[in-house]
Order: sequence, then structure tokens, then C-alpha cells
Amino acid sequence: MTELLQIKAVNKRFGGLVAVNNVSFAVREREILSVIGPNGAGKSTLFKLISSFLNPTSGEVLFREERISGLAPHIVARKGVVRTFQETTIFKGMTVRDNVIIAHHLRSNASLAGFYLGTNTARRDEDEFGRSADEIIDFLDLGTQRHEIASTLPHGHLRALGIAIGLATNPTVLLLDEPFAGMNHDETVRAVEMVRGVRKRGVTVLLVEHDMPAVMNISDRIVVLNFGVKIAEGTPKEIQENEKVIEAYLGVEDETIGF
Amino acid sequence: MKRTRNILVVAVFLLVVLVGVPWLIEATGRLDLYYTLTSVALLSIASAGVWVTFYIGRINIGQGAFALMGGYVSAILVVQYGVSFWLTLPLAGLFCAAASVLIGLPILRLRGVYFAMVTLVLTEVARLLALALPITNGAKGMVSIPLPGGISIFGLTILPDFAALPNPRPAFYLVSVVLMALCFAALYRLVHSRIGKLCQSLQQNEELASSIGVNIAYLRVIAYAFSSFLGGLGGAMFVAISQSIYPSSFTVTDSVNFMLNCFLGGLGHVFGPMIGTFVLYFGWDFLFETGEFQLLIFSSVLIALMLFLPNGLLSLRLFGKKQG
Ligand SMILES: Nc1ncnc2c1ncn2[C@@H]1O[C@H](COP(=O)(O)OP(=O)(O)OP(=O)(O)O)[C@@H](O)[C@H]1O
Ligand SMILES: [Mg+2]
Repeated sequence: MTELLQIKAVNKRFGGLVAVNNVSFAVREREILSVIGPNGAGKSTLFKLISSFLNPTSGEVLFREERISGLAPHIVARKGVVRTFQETTIFKGMTVRDNVIIAHHLRSNASLAGFYLGTNTARRDEDEFGRSADEIIDFLDLGTQRHEIASTLPHGHLRALGIAIGLATNPTVLLLDEPFAGMNHDETVRAVEMVRGVRKRGVTVLLVEHDMPAVMNISDRIVVLNFGVKIAEGTPKEIQENEKVIEAYLGVEDETIGF
Repeated sequence: MKRTRNILVVAVFLLVVLVGVPWLIEATGRLDLYYTLTSVALLSIASAGVWVTFYIGRINIGQGAFALMGGYVSAILVVQYGVSFWLTLPLAGLFCAAASVLIGLPILRLRGVYFAMVTLVLTEVARLLALALPITNGAKGMVSIPLPGGISIFGLTILPDFAALPNPRPAFYLVSVVLMALCFAALYRLVHSRIGKLCQSLQQNEELASSIGVNIAYLRVIAYAFSSFLGGLGGAMFVAISQSIYPSSFTVTDSVNFMLNCFLGGLGHVFGPMIGTFVLYFGWDFLFETGEFQLLIFSSVLIALMLFLPNGLLSLRLFGKKQG
């Protein structure tokens, strides 16, 4: 079993608050691993630490045995660890297609000067990006919205576009922060299939999500955080039966989590 | 199809400004218009620079600093080192670009009103520096700067010696308009290449841009350097025409005007700063007749324009297109 990402004793303090407290776990190649926990448990902070948007106070994150903590986010993205955001984040004023095309930036062979001058390499890049963007757009069922300005899309499609942007970077690991938030049942079912599809493309998926049925359905393994501390790790079945998890979610022992 | 249309538009534009306008001026005898239109051309170059910083999502009220810097660099090189003006022109731009890299690295981390404030201060710092440094000759400024000499290659005269011309004004006009056309062509290309899309991605969401692998710090600095290059270019050319430069040649008011030109013309259009500068400059002159009410009317009209045309004058055309 290859360990693609290793999170090693990572701590993050904001002043007096310990948002992530000595968390360690590993992510295996091509798995779907979910991080769950109550509001404020430190899930988004953990994602920011992994994608290097934040530096850990102590501890480190390794990607393929190499330390990525402390590198600039765009360098980490270049290495293949790419994060989408909890808030719907897209380029609002661009068309759907331009959003996805621009997200291919990492794959460019031409330099900025090359793009300015319109060299052959640049033109090949543009063609390639356009083709690949169209493929991703179709894959995520956004075909009919291709030329619409992103800010006009309905919520579910915005999330899909967020995933499309992530995919376009050709990531090895894709970190999705609450991709199903605000979706109705049907949209969630579709989105779950989408994430499965993403994994089928060879991408390792890390997921933060509050939608328990979806998490239980899609995840290979689950890590549970509470007040910044990892309280459990295991298969969906193991997590559902874990006393500590039930307690963390409800504060009482004799109720079920409601999955 | 679109390409032929573009070429046609450019050809007509060049024909009008390079042949039509001079012909009209000579016919009507309004020779003062040469100077006015030259000013518009040069100010619109500096404004185009400000537009570039808008394009990466930064409000820049500091272009006066670079216009001043460019002006002094050119003046000092011409007066003290005897360098040909035409060589100092790009050098002034490059000097400003280099300076803006050093300044931009720290301040481009700021956004919104914070960045705007710092750039505003920058204009004032430039003025104070010009007052204090020995090489700029303090408050007395630099005067009687010689007119640009000629350029000839293999005996072929490309530009005449301006000092030998009976009236250098038309020549300055032509050179400035050509310079403006070149700058806007460069800008047009920038905006319509991938770099334009990348700049837009910065403007709309820097965090997301960096998560898809865009080196945002680098791109910001590049854009700011290009912006300041244009400021320096405009400033240097201006100094050559007025043959003098003082610490007060470009002030905070100019910085604000460069920004207003962009607003007025439209931030979404490459040619916004050109139209904006033209309208603002002539609008101001036109209101001269109203005497003491000039500033009042001028400001009111500006405010009204921004309220009713938040996307600038050039959005009028788009609006018409959509309806049609
Ligand atoms: N930049 C910051 N400065 C100070 N405190 C922060 C910062 N970011 C997060 N926190 C705090 O850290 C804790 C963990 O926040 P985080 O956003 O990681 O939680 P979360 O598990 O993602 O919650 P949610 O499910 O609501 O998204 C919270 O108490 C939050 O207030
Ligand atoms: Mg969160």
C-alpha cells in the first residue's frame, strides 16, 4: 500500500486557539478519504495546511516522501496537491469554459512571453487546453452552460464547476471542502457519482463533508476531528460504531448519529 | 473576419489621427490643438498603465510618481550625460519598471483601499524626493532641456532634429500619437493573450488563482512593472515637450486623474483609458467658460457619469449592440 500523503503530528495555533492539534494520518493512492467533525473542528484548517495555504505551527506534511509544508501554494499545486474551497470559489466574471481553461495553467509548456507573442508552443497549449476543458465540462455535465458567465449558474452547477476547476489542474490529490453543501438530495446523488468518477480518473480524493449519508456512501476511510484532535480513523462502518465519534457529534451516548 | 475588421478599424484610426487631424488643424488654424492633443495622447499612455493595475484588481493612485520618475530619468540623462532623447525614452520606462518591481514586491500584497492609500503616498514621496535629491536640482527643477535630436539609419532620416524645425509641435503630436498607438497595441495584445485571462483570474479571486498554480506574486509584479513602464514613458515624453521638469510636474492630482480616466472610459475595455483621457481633458477645458463653477460642474458631471455608467463610457456602445 503506497502512502501518497503523510500528515505528521501537525499543529496549528491561532493565538491561544489550537485549531489543529497533533494530527497524524496517511492518505493512500487512489482512495477517497473523508475528514469529518463538528463545526469548528479544524477540518478546513487541516486542508489549508495540507495545500500549504497555511504553515503548520509544528509538524509537517509529506507528499511522496517529500516535505511540502512551507512551500508556496502554487508550488504545491504544481506538484499535484490541489484544493478547492469551502465557499463556492470560481472566477465569477468568466464563462464556464474560460474558468476551466484558465485552470489548465499548470499544464502550460509555453512561458508568459510565449503566450504574449503567440508562439507555436503557446498555440498548441491553447488548443490542448480547450479540448481538455470541453472534455471535463462534458464529464461534469456542464455542457449546456459552457458559454454562460459563471456567476449566473445555479448552486449545484457552481459546485460542479468548482470540481471542474480542480480537475483541470490534473491533480494527483484533490482536496474538496464541502462539495455537497447546499445541494438537494438529487444534486448530491449526482455529485457523489461525480466524485467517484474523479477517482476513476486516477485522482486521490480528500473530502470534508457534513452530509453523513453521502460521506458513508462514498468514503473508503474516514478521519474524525473534534476540537482539532483526531478522535477516530477507519472505514465508514468502524466510524459509525465508534463511541467517541457518537459522543462528539451528539454529546450523548445513547443516540445515533443519524446516518 | 474579426481580424480584417480589426485591421480596418486600426487603419481608419491611424488615418484620422495622423492625416485627418493635422489637416483639420492646419485648415482651421487652431494650432494650439496640437499641444492639447499631444497631452491627451501622453496622458492616456500613463492612464493605460493605471488600467493594467485595475486589471489585476488593484486601485492605483500612484502613477504620478512614475511619470515624474520617468521625466527626471530622461531629463537627467539628456542634460547631464548627453544621451539622445530617443534612447532615454525606453530607458526611462525601464527604470520605472525596475523601481516598481522593488516597490511592488512588498506593497502588492495589500489589496483594496490599503493598496490605494500606499500608492497615493508614493506620489507624494516622489515629489519630496525630487525636492531633496541633489541630482534633480530641487525646487528649481530642470529647465531649458534641449529638444530631441534626429534619428537616421543609413543616411535615411527617420526623425528630424526637433530643434531645427520651425515649429516642433506637429512633430511632437505625430510622435506622441504613434507612441500611444504602439502602447495600446501592446496592451491589446496583453489583454487578449492568456496573460489577460490570468490577470482577470487575479482580479476575481487571488486565492483560487494560486490554488490552480498561478504564481500570483510574480504576475502581480509583472503587471505593475508594465503599468509603471507606461507611466515613465508618458512622463519622459511630456518633459521633452515642455523642455522642463519640476517636482510639481506630476502631483497627486495627476495620479487621481489617471485613475479617473480609467473609470470614466471603462475598466472593462482596453481603450477605456484613451477615451476617458480624451473626454476628461476636453471636458475640463470646455468648462473653462463657466469660470468659478468649473470645478463644481465638472465634479457633478463626473459623479453622475459614474452613477449612471458604472462601467464607463465605452459600455454605451455595448449597450446599444445588445439592444440592436
Ligand atoms: N485565520 C484564522 N484565525 C483565527 N482563527 C481561525 C482562523 N481560521 C480558523 N480559525 C478557527 O479555527 C477553528 C477551526 O476552524 P475551521 O474553519 O478549520 O473549522 P471547520 O472544521 O472547517 O468548521 P466548519 O465545519 O464550520 O467549516 C475555529 O474555531 C475557527 O474559528
Ligand atoms: Mg470548514
